[in-house]
Amino acid sequence: MAELDSSGGGGKKGGKVRSKKQSTRVDLTAMVDLAFLLITFFMLTTSLSKPLAMDIAKPDKDERNLDNKLEVKQSQTMTILLGKDNKIMWYMGEPGKSQPTIEGFGDIRKSLLDNKAKVKAATGKDIMVIVRPTDGATYKNFVDIMDELSITKTNLTAPAVDDDPKNLLDIEKQLMKEKGIL
Amino acid sequence: MGRIKVPRKSTSIDMTAMCDVSFLLLTFFILTATARQPDPLSIVTPSSTVQFKVPDKDLSILSIGKGKVFMEIIGQDVKRLTLQKMANLYGTSFTEDEAKRFSVMPAFGVPFNQLKNYINANADQRTNMEKQFNGIPTDSTRNGELYRWVEQSRRATAELHNTEMRISIKGDASEQYPTVRKIVDVLQRQSLNKFSLITSAEAGQ
Repeated sequence: MAELDSSGGGGKKGGKVRSKKQSTRVDLTAMVDLAFLLITFFMLTTSLSKPLAMDIAKPDKDERNLDNKLEVKQSQTMTILLGKDNKIMWYMGEPGKSQPTIEGFGDIRKSLLDNKAKVKAATGKDIMVIVRPTDGATYKNFVDIMDELSITKTNLTAPAVDDDPKNLLDIEKQLMKEKGIL
Repeated sequence: MGRIKVPRKSTSIDMTAMCDVSFLLLTFFILTATARQPDPLSIVTPSSTVQFKVPDKDLSILSIGKGKVFMEIIGQDVKRLTLQKMANLYGTSFTEDEAKRFSVMPAFGVPFNQLKNYINANADQRTNMEKQFNGIPTDSTRNGELYRWVEQSRRATAELHNTEMRISIKGDASEQYPTVRKIVDVLQRQSLNKFSLITSAEAGQ
């Protein structure tokens, strides 16, 4: 294949038919090609498959220093409840006073950006988002919502994740039950 | 006339050396790529858009899947010291050989009283034990085993490398949130409020 015949014809004169002596050389080109292809594949996969880490900081649970709790105005908070079947319920301010919205994960980004702009315009302060994963939510939902928060650059300094089921208010439970996502 | 004929050289190159080198490299890459044993829990991590890569030392990974928790401590020296500390705590001891086997083991997920058998078992028996037991017990008291493992591995890291150990949670995408909450509670009980979630890169990024 990669070897040119350089013996220069001839050799037909003798009457006897001699069996041609076969060269012992094996053509390694294809083998080398294949080896390099595999090397490239393994090199790329080993360096690219490194997983990514999403940092999460949770509020301190220690009961001893209660005084470092941050009071937030109701008007600048948005509470996001993660329900079952990949559904989200969110409301602004106090529960029960404003109409909650049920959404999927596709629409939450727009709502986050809208609410962020609204709060900024109304109060001049940054929005505070509280995320409450309920028992029906999956781990993926939680990662997704934290990712959306970082994409929309909301709540970067203090991501308030409140996953204690005791903190889930009765009215929130009732609203979620009504919508069938608890 | 005596024209001097220039002998025509063959154009073929000797590929043997090149082939040798390339297969050597190939072997190296194959071995390093498969050195990480497959996860016993077959976890599919959710995707995200974060760009921060998981560090490769001073780290523990808590894998969550099917309601079980497995722990993987990165670094053989840290793993060995952690085992020693755990043995002291529970009043048992491990032989030098067992400690060595433990230090090269990937993620483990059996109760501490089964750990000795687990270390001495072969791959098939280990898989059986992983199925039989419910991972590392996660009862959230101060004497919970997961609590102890995390605590002791943090101490071991601090002693050996003088740094704070990072904790990563590697959860299966379809895992129900209460399991994750249980793990996070264990971490928060020892004032570990910062940890990272392991995700894969978002498709099409």
